[in-house]
Amino acid sequence: MATGIKDKVVIIGMGCTRFGERWDTNAEDLIIEAFVECLEDAGIEKKEIQAAWWGCHFDQVNYGKAAVPLSTTLKLPFIPVTRVDNWCATGTEALRGACYAVASGAYDIALALGAEKLKDTGYGGLPGGGNTSQINLMIKPNYTAPAGFALMATRYMAKYKISPDELKRALAHISVKSHANGLLSPKAHLRRLITEEDVIKAPMIAWPLGLYDCCGVSDGGAAAIVTTPEIARSLKKDPVLVKALQISVTSGEEAIYTSWDGSYVMTTTQAAKWAYEEAGIKNPREEISLMELHDCFSITELSTYEDLGICPRGTAMKDIMDGFFDLDGKLPTQSDGGLKCFGHPIGASGLRMLYEIYNQLLGRCGERQIKDPHLGLTHNLGGLPSGSVCSIAILGRE
Amino acid sequence: MAGIVSYGGYIPRYRLNRKVIFKAMGWLNPGSAAYARGEKSVANFDEDSISMGTAAAIDCLTGFDRSQAEGLYFASTTMPYKERLSAGIIATALNLPDAIRSADFSNGLRSGTTALISALETVEAGRAKRMLICAADSRLGKTGTPQEMLFGDGAAALLVGNDDVIAEFQGAYFLSYDFVDHYRGDLAKYDRSWEERWIRDEGLEKFIPAAINGLLKKYDLKITDFARVIYPCDYPAAHKKIAKILSLEGSQLQGTMMNEIGDTGAAHPLVMLVKALEDASPGEKILVVSFGNGCEALFFEVTDEIGKPKKRNGIGGYLKRKFELTNYEKYLVFRDLCQADLGLRAEEDIWTRWSLLWRNRKVIFGLVGNRCKRCGTPHYPPQRVCANPDCGAIDEIEDYTFADKPGNIFNFTGDMLAASFDPPAIHGQIDFDGGGRYWFDFTDCTLDELNIGMRVEMSFRKRYYDDRRNIHGYFWKAVPIKEVE
Repeated sequence: MATGIKDKVVIIGMGCTRFGERWDTNAEDLIIEAFVECLEDAGIEKKEIQAAWWGCHFDQVNYGKAAVPLSTTLKLPFIPVTRVDNWCATGTEALRGACYAVASGAYDIALALGAEKLKDTGYGGLPGGGNTSQINLMIKPNYTAPAGFALMATRYMAKYKISPDELKRALAHISVKSHANGLLSPKAHLRRLITEEDVIKAPMIAWPLGLYDCCGVSDGGAAAIVTTPEIARSLKKDPVLVKALQISVTSGEEAIYTSWDGSYVMTTTQAAKWAYEEAGIKNPREEISLMELHDCFSITELSTYEDLGICPRGTAMKDIMDGFFDLDGKLPTQSDGGLKCFGHPIGASGLRMLYEIYNQLLGRCGERQIKDPHLGLTHNLGGLPSGSVCSIAILGRE
Repeated sequence: MAGIVSYGGYIPRYRLNRKVIFKAMGWLNPGSAAYARGEKSVANFDEDSISMGTAAAIDCLTGFDRSQAEGLYFASTTMPYKERLSAGIIATALNLPDAIRSADFSNGLRSGTTALISALETVEAGRAKRMLICAADSRLGKTGTPQEMLFGDGAAALLVGNDDVIAEFQGAYFLSYDFVDHYRGDLAKYDRSWEERWIRDEGLEKFIPAAINGLLKKYDLKITDFARVIYPCDYPAAHKKIAKILSLEGSQLQGTMMNEIGDTGAAHPLVMLVKALEDASPGEKILVVSFGNGCEALFFEVTDEIGKPKKRNGIGGYLKRKFELTNYEKYLVFRDLCQADLGLRAEEDIWTRWSLLWRNRKVIFGLVGNRCKRCGTPHYPPQRVCANPDCGAIDEIEDYTFADKPGNIFNFTGDMLAASFDPPAIHGQIDFDGGGRYWFDFTDCTLDELNIGMRVEMSFRKRYYDDRRNIHGYFWKAVPIKEVE
């Protein structure tokens, strides 16, 4: 009977680049920037890394395919390197590979590094093309990512009989909260306060989502080095343990079968159930200290609160408006500003979120430090609500 | 006896008031004020002669078994390909049988009637029982010209056969002349016309009466034998003059619809014929003439079958389904008459891989999915493993067509980030009547008018144009069903 990897793997070092429109850097620079910090934090030498997992999604924009971009940039000495891509869950998927390698006993020390150099496309939003099968290019509608999530917003409003104005107000609170946190986050891309009126009056991107309902688009990279608890004890005083790592991938039924009601995300609901089981969490609302959610769009963050079981279905708006998820609330979420302020270099995002949880658990977050956190959760959602990949990671002290 | 078994029409939703054109371009050609009356129909940015011809054919085939069609002829002077059969694309979109004859008729405004006569004669000769003909045009006039005002976009379709005939084909008469009132060279986008006074005096007003008189003589008929006489003519005064030459009563004269839609080119004689059939009574004789490098005249006698009610929109239905395009610049962009910048996102390449399209021709052009034989779940696109989580049967499937299934809007949005000729790009998931769900572009609608649960039907549209390789790609979009009084 499988019991999962709870407490079998420890993160001993992490690194994260400054996120943003890094007009000054090449793709390789992002890898090096994340890696140097990560290696220094771990206090080991490069040659001690026995295997690596490389996460990058939009290979057509910069890095290209295969694992070679990571191995040659870092001059990894002919060790096994694996490239993973699982849409926006790519960064967490890279960590999952490294953790399973250590948990299985195959390797003692492994690296997970994700990076994406998106801002060489010449336009806003995510790059298109190359992201689907050829037949899909001929039959899929002319859509972009915010529109895919806007569809969920229309279903959410219809199901709970919420007016667009009411929804926009709650979504605005989500973005305002994240910007307030992002201001305190030196590595964030967007670091300025916004008001609810700014959000509500912003230009429409995909009705009902406006500009400030959408996360930034940026370049960035992040990395983690993992090992066994035994080796960690010999190296570090402050272990951060992996409590759960779960992935749920759509069967495709949301897109073509008519049972899904379109107002929530099936993969998140499933992955959360497995993650809580693996971590031994009975009451996530009470037990989790902080969360980094995949707020690619404000509606995603709203739905995720319910999909994770933090709020009963249809009630997240109340908690949002009550400040439950604000930095000084009961369950601070996006304490670093989230995707909203970091932007979303696909392969890096999962590891960037884990970097925040890791540093919060170690009490290193300065102005935005949360008091005495025990358990932190990260969540990535790749694809669209109508067909998604969800990854959930839970980290904890002791 | 061979004749028309069914008819259908299609007029695009947009109408452009000619005064809007004159307001924008009258400064260049003040004389065009003479034409600035009424409206012209304008194809949406995702429509062309193939998509409109398909729409008319769908209208015509409502309630008919498509497997009975033994041929498809398509007529147009604005086919998107010089070589690649347009009728082949339309036949695939209509899911017609493979073992049919198909042909394109082009290179002149007579091509619509030529296709019709060819099909009628094929049926008459006993070579086929049922043939489908459709004609469509979307001609361009240079900005500020009379042609820009006169040309409209539209399509008509006719099903011909020997049984259940609503209008018997009784004869035809032909005149062929290399009379060049206008022409379009093989590299040209626009027609070049000679002086209208000459076209009117030496062309229209001579050939049309000559063709009609030739037919009357050939079949020993009098003009008074005809209840309806149909001949397109862009100029109202010339239309009346010809009637006078022929001693036609006003009640016999079929309206040209120049004030409602304009001249739909090769389709226009058939568009007028379809409109006439919509109002025709048993026993009426109908005379149709086309004009273009000569004339073709053909005549029909309406039978009792015309009285049987059939569900279709017809030209009359589409005339009522209209939406005024008040923005001349938008018309220019829709017809690619001025270069609009859709942003770098629009530069992304869509490769048309012919081998893939061939393998999936029914899926892409025919909107054919499949259905699980074990649990009945319909799928689009087709699945080999049933999507019903409680079933999951593998390879227990049969073809299932979605193109003719209406559905409900499950969700929708207007996408300002997507590159579109008419932002926002509107799309959403559709739940089909009878099961199945897929995510489609919506067209012929605005974001404001949409609601979850609204009824939609599917429409075959131009999905993309690959300007690097000169490829026109087609797929289906959802169109809200609007009740017309």
